[in-house]
Amino acid sequence: MEFLVDARGKACPLPVIETRNALREHGAPVVTLVDNDIARQNVEKMARQMGLNAATQQEEGNWRITLTAAAEQGFDPDSQEVADLMENIPPCTVPVQGPTVVVLSADVMGTGDDTLGRALMKGFVYALTQLDEAPDTVLLYNGGAKLSVEGAETVADLQTLAEAGAEILTCGTCLNHYGLTEKLAVGSVTNMYVIAETLAKAGKVIRP
Amino acid sequence: MGQPLQFCRGGGCTAKLGPAALSRVLEKLPRPTDPNLLIGAQSSDDAAVYRLTDDLAIVQTLDFFPPMLDDPYLFGQVAAANALSDIYAMGGEVKTALNIVCFPEEMDLNILGEILRGGSEKVLEAGGSLAGGHSIADQEVKYGLSVTGVVHPQRILANNTGKVGDHLILTKPLGVGLLCTAARLGQADPQAFGGAVKSMTTLNKYAAQVAAKYRVHAATDVTGFGLLGHLHEMMRTDLSARIFAHALPVLDTALECADEFYLTAAGQRNRNFAATRAVLHGLTFAQEELLFDPQTSGGLLLAVEEADAGPLLDQLRTLGLPCGDIGTILPRLDAEIIVEP
Repeated sequence: MEFLVDARGKACPLPVIETRNALREHGAPVVTLVDNDIARQNVEKMARQMGLNAATQQEEGNWRITLTAAAEQGFDPDSQEVADLMENIPPCTVPVQGPTVVVLSADVMGTGDDTLGRALMKGFVYALTQLDEAPDTVLLYNGGAKLSVEGAETVADLQTLAEAGAEILTCGTCLNHYGLTEKLAVGSVTNMYVIAETLAKAGKVIRP
Repeated sequence: MGQPLQFCRGGGCTAKLGPAALSRVLEKLPRPTDPNLLIGAQSSDDAAVYRLTDDLAIVQTLDFFPPMLDDPYLFGQVAAANALSDIYAMGGEVKTALNIVCFPEEMDLNILGEILRGGSEKVLEAGGSLAGGHSIADQEVKYGLSVTGVVHPQRILANNTGKVGDHLILTKPLGVGLLCTAARLGQADPQAFGGAVKSMTTLNKYAAQVAAKYRVHAATDVTGFGLLGHLHEMMRTDLSARIFAHALPVLDTALECADEFYLTAAGQRNRNFAATRAVLHGLTFAQEELLFDPQTSGGLLLAVEEADAGPLLDQLRTLGLPCGDIGTILPRLDAEIIVEP
């Protein structure tokens, strides 16, 4: 038998707290009646957070929210849902062959104002972490070598890219030139041969 | 002293109308055309600024709300600190204030006396003069101030003038709404609630004095629309904000209050408003609720030149409230606001 919480005429947090208390005392299922949409949203939000199912019916300006224990969701390969999904798979497109390589050859993005350029470069490296697919390789040379060393604000985002599977390669000659050899903070050191090979085999090269 | 104040349905800034509903109504009003009105309702800023001369502008604001505390003296302090805050968020200094009072005829007038005492002390602390007021009989207690301040027209801190690369600094802890909601039901930890009261009664004057020494490009104060709602007001179509949830200053037990579901209607309205503007990556439920939690007398949110962020924060810490460097302003990305753990 479900327990009824009549929270009509009550303002948040009371509908939520009374439902919470009913669930703790009696367990699911619990039915809660509320008379405003925000209270409905708050009760449903709590249900999601508790891992419960919430089924809501609107009736005469009130909402009736039925909270039940979530059923085990099994996967049924013969279900209509799966059939519909299979039906709607988009046609295959031929992807670009070869890996995606990002080249960062300066610690600024674009020319004009270098203060702006540095802020833009930070934004660009961060934006790379937000892409659906991480690049395969990030090459850093000349001024770009300053982006992968201790103290650079881009290190955390390059680390995120590395964790997403990107290879972070910084030019050793360049680190040496700037006196940063001991300061590399993410990825590994590389040489001109690897840089040339990586670019030669790339399907796509991205330069900000 | 008489009986304690009755909590209303939603006290403090949780009593604000939702931002979505409000902007629909305000859009229909005719727009002012006076060129001396430097900041009006159009930019969703904290206060109106009107230029009198080339080196003097007045800053005007008003704020009032029902009690979120049952101690009338403290409620008076909080309501006044909250109203005065808008002057500081514009970079101004307080000059005069007028009381706004709604009070039930049958209630003990000593309670009103305590509210006004708390409010007047804060006006005095702000360096302003309490110059009068207006009161009406009403079913529920409501109190606040109309405040007038001054600012040099060249030193106005608008809320949408941040720059790419700026750090975002929040000068007070979040979680006031969650703790006040738990307190309404007698479930707040007394010590933690004391921390919330201390934060709410602290004038933003001191944080503003620190900020004035550094390159601050934009400022607002965080109140009823919650952190993300007010951060949205700081963004433009060419800017995004990246926020780190771990860096947010938080009142003790506020996250626990969220996990116990002491949720406000205003918090949910704030969540709905932010839904299309903010992307939240891998936050806990409690962290999410904190981002939307309506604040009463919340802190200043400052967009600060990167090199100044560290020294400014160090000096803010000496004021004694939890504060933090919570994120940065980026060139516009896909989402307006991105929050990471």
